[in-house]
Amino acid sequence: MTSKVPIEKKVLGKNDEIAAEIRRRLQKGKVVALNLVSSPGSGKTSLLERTLGALNHTLNLALVAGDVQTENDAQRLIRAGGAKVRAIVTGGACHLDASMVAKAIAEIDLAGVDILFIENVGNLVCPSSFDLGEDMKVVVMSTTEGDDKPLKYPAMYRRSSVLVINKTDLLGQSDFDVERAKKNALSINGALTIFEVSCRTGAGLEAWYTWLTALAARKKGGS
Amino acid sequence: MHELAVAREIIDIVQAEMVRQNLHRVESVVVRIGALTGLNADALAFGFEASVVDTPLAGARLDVQQVPIKAKCRACGQEDAVEEFVFICPCCGGTDLEVIQGEELDIDHILGE
Repeated sequence: MTSKVPIEKKVLGKNDEIAAEIRRRLQKGKVVALNLVSSPGSGKTSLLERTLGALNHTLNLALVAGDVQTENDAQRLIRAGGAKVRAIVTGGACHLDASMVAKAIAEIDLAGVDILFIENVGNLVCPSSFDLGEDMKVVVMSTTEGDDKPLKYPAMYRRSSVLVINKTDLLGQSDFDVERAKKNALSINGALTIFEVSCRTGAGLEAWYTWLTALAARKKGGS
Repeated sequence: MHELAVAREIIDIVQAEMVRQNLHRVESVVVRIGALTGLNADALAFGFEASVVDTPLAGARLDVQQVPIKAKCRACGQEDAVEEFVFICPCCGGTDLEVIQGEELDIDHILGE
């Protein structure tokens, strides 16, 4: 006879356990972990290229780059000066999960690393469900997208701590209204820290570097 | 999208439960999906139906219970439903809201024998 059998289990419990293990490991090494998410083409790789180029001498940076089919992004980042770069080719999967990240960081010497960047697959839907053991998610949007992007992908904006608005050098070339974009993002998540940058010209990136440096110092300081 | 990956996780968990609880047939699996997960219920059910074939769950149905978002304002303590993902307290206008419901991605129970 059919009966009701309680299960009461988290569907992504296995992923969450692996993510918790990654988090413990990174916490022990006092490594800041940032999970970078965006639509395809917003400029995650450009932002990381710039960041590696600017901070590689003052901070010990590691990076895991997820891509659906190629290692192109990882190659770009290695050229930008990152020795500790690992590629994850998801083979079609639309998001990174914790087991992929665990495997990739097992190949990186994390001793002394200040910040681990995890470049997720360009997608604003699927990656929001998968905890990768990061300290926070950084969502990147660009001025060539609609300024209503936060309203279209609210789950991702709600779960992110930082918003980087990229391609500000193109402001005025499209109907993108930066104030409206910020207002939309803040209506979903009032706690977002926002940076406005151009990875092409370098404008606004100093504030981002300063913030990263302070974040790393705070982590090393033990908090 | 990732609904297929989520559907496969559900099947794996239920399959393990079937062994553990000595069940030989599952009629339906009831899941609770919060609005903040961004999961599409139809895509999830489709992914589930496509993936149960040739598993011990063959023929099982996925019953998705959608859970709306509720949040509590940290400033004034008001608890309210969050409509259209606008996280602004309707009482005091505060934006520091704690999500108290809507993050669920749980298997609640199964109907089986």
